[in-house]
Amino acid sequence: MIYDYLYKLTGSEILSMLIQSAIPLFLLVLPFVLVAVWLERKVSAHMQDRLGPMRVGWHGWLQTVADLVKLIQKEDIVAKETDKVLFNIAPVLVFAGSYAAFAAIPLTSAFLGSNIDLGIFFIVAVSGLVVTGILMAGWASNNKYSLLGAMRSAAQIISYEIPTMLVILIVVMITGTLNLRTLSEMQTGYFWNWMIFGGPQFGIDKFILIPLMIIGFLIIYISTLAEVNRTPFDIPEAESELVSGYHTEYSGMKFSMFFLAEYANMFAVSAIVSALFLGGYQSPFGYLGNLLHLPWLIPIEQFGWFVGKGVFFVLVQMWLRWTLPRLRVDQLMAVCWKYLIPIAFADLLIVGLITVI
Amino acid sequence: MAQDSALNTQDLRLKTQGLRTEEMILNMGPQHPSTHGVLRLELQLEGEIITKVIPHIGYLHRCFEKHAEAMTYPQVIPYTDRMDYLASMGNEFGYVIAVEKLLGIEVPQRVEFIRVIMAELQRIASHLVALGTYGADIGAFTPFLFAFRDREKILNLFEITCGARLLYNYIWVGGLSHDLHPNFVKLAKEFIPYFRPKIKEFNELLSFNKIFIDRTADIGILPLETAVNFGISGPMLRGSGFKWDIRKNDPYSVYPKFDFDIPVGKGEMGTVGDSWDRYYVRVLEMEESLKIIEQALEQLPEGDVTSAIPKRIKPPIGQVYARIENPRGELGYFIISNGTLNPFRVKVRAPSFVNLGIMDELCRGHMVADIVAILGSVDIVLGEVDR
Repeated sequence: MIYDYLYKLTGSEILSMLIQSAIPLFLLVLPFVLVAVWLERKVSAHMQDRLGPMRVGWHGWLQTVADLVKLIQKEDIVAKETDKVLFNIAPVLVFAGSYAAFAAIPLTSAFLGSNIDLGIFFIVAVSGLVVTGILMAGWASNNKYSLLGAMRSAAQIISYEIPTMLVILIVVMITGTLNLRTLSEMQTGYFWNWMIFGGPQFGIDKFILIPLMIIGFLIIYISTLAEVNRTPFDIPEAESELVSGYHTEYSGMKFSMFFLAEYANMFAVSAIVSALFLGGYQSPFGYLGNLLHLPWLIPIEQFGWFVGKGVFFVLVQMWLRWTLPRLRVDQLMAVCWKYLIPIAFADLLIVGLITVI
Repeated sequence: MAQDSALNTQDLRLKTQGLRTEEMILNMGPQHPSTHGVLRLELQLEGEIITKVIPHIGYLHRCFEKHAEAMTYPQVIPYTDRMDYLASMGNEFGYVIAVEKLLGIEVPQRVEFIRVIMAELQRIASHLVALGTYGADIGAFTPFLFAFRDREKILNLFEITCGARLLYNYIWVGGLSHDLHPNFVKLAKEFIPYFRPKIKEFNELLSFNKIFIDRTADIGILPLETAVNFGISGPMLRGSGFKWDIRKNDPYSVYPKFDFDIPVGKGEMGTVGDSWDRYYVRVLEMEESLKIIEQALEQLPEGDVTSAIPKRIKPPIGQVYARIENPRGELGYFIISNGTLNPFRVKVRAPSFVNLGIMDELCRGHMVADIVAILGSVDIVLGEVDR
């Protein structure tokens, strides 16, 4: 729809495709990140008996904008002993890796940045860029704390990608598609059609699937927490041990690119989890647009549900961060390799058997 | 050129010996968020495993002991405040007891009671900082602010008493600088029922959190024998399971009048003497301090707090050692008097300094992340380590 319009306007296939893929970035992600940073500060403040930012705008809601302006005009320090090329590429890679994922996440049934059939596969692959960026940042900084943080981070993200992938496989096995829009469309109707409740089919296997899917959901949620470096898995940035991990040496806009990427990542994984298990942009109880015979209302409602589910999971992440202490590196690895991966494997096997039968 | 040749020889050595790995030396501090001040730890690492820890101190050295020699006896008191700045009341208390012992004067009962109340309130405030920052070291930031919220109430009590919130100069030789504020007893009595549930809340939030226990139990185990050999005192020694508290074992002031327990580490979550035990001993000690404050407020006698203050403090020739139980352990003052207005020598046995000496013993074989957990459980104040 939008693509056709853009094609008419520009006459170039590549250009219109690019613009369409970038729309979610400017329409949703950047504004969301600004709000999320403010929200994090407010949530943490109210959990801790404080007020948080109060000065800039109503209850400080413009604080992030003010911070960004400050960060942009700050001096861009590149330390003498750094590897300049890698040092400069790293934040761009991290930023690109976490923002590119949004191109394949369907915002509503009417709009998807890039309707590729390998949607979820693309997201996982492009998120892998983040690891490269982090490793580069740690290595190029020529700082021991940065290096330790980067090594931990790489080990952690790669390990936790395994249970994530296994759980994604479970969903893919049941639905038979990698396209997130098709996946979301399959979960239409009411909330019992969501993947966490066994998906759209009926019958005896649905009831067997429900507990398996709930386990899968929990596993993927825990592993995504680790993938975005949030507490209790925020070891790469453990400020009490490693100062701030791989981005210790960064300042100004480069630092804020890491910072913005972190918050974008939080929303991205929340959106993926909700698309896989909680119907994505689908409403749990039908649409007002159907009731009032106003078809244009449906995508707007869907967008609301999509953002609502995403923000809910982001809030859960914040809640966990400000409640829990941090695990140690070896404990973190133990959680992944000793618990999550075997359980995910068993889950995968059983679901596989059920789908075959 | 010289550098080049040095590199070349190293390359040669690498070639001849095959692949060789080196221990990494990591400097932690002096500007590091979890060294609790300006402590520098030189870590030798084998990967993330620690093979040796060398603490480097002296970044906050302010010549307290030398300064004291140039001051008259009462002028030293504000300097003692600045040693363990989280437990200033205790520092003054110890110094004043030493000087009074040297002078051989008795102080009125009311003064003693108020001193004990202040010292115990200070102990709670100090432990709150220790526990809160410990939580922050492990990664839980919320308990830190909860602890500071409650500490604020105690600081308010100090503020209405003597006007200062951190460095008081309140306990004087022979008396106190001010009597209690008329509202003090009422506010302190309100504080006790306010604070008891907060300890429970703190326990639910941090002490019995599974992740917190995983991070601290069986980490930095301090066997009792080692602890005694290193001269460890205070909650660290009690965490290793030894019932030793100067308030009970070598009583001073009016402590024998109060009924309280000495909590010791029992190894509930791991081994006796691990970081969790040291942490939990402090939590339990706050309860005991509340008990003491409660009793002291009930029994608080009337009287004048400034009547026994000597006009001129000129102790006879001699020497004295007095010790008290400060939140961090045994705080001792050794004072030599040569019969003039100034002390000839003031030597402080600072508990943080002695306790810090065991870092290497505790950390060896643990990971970098555990350094933070161990150092937090040792609970040092650099002002006191360096003096």
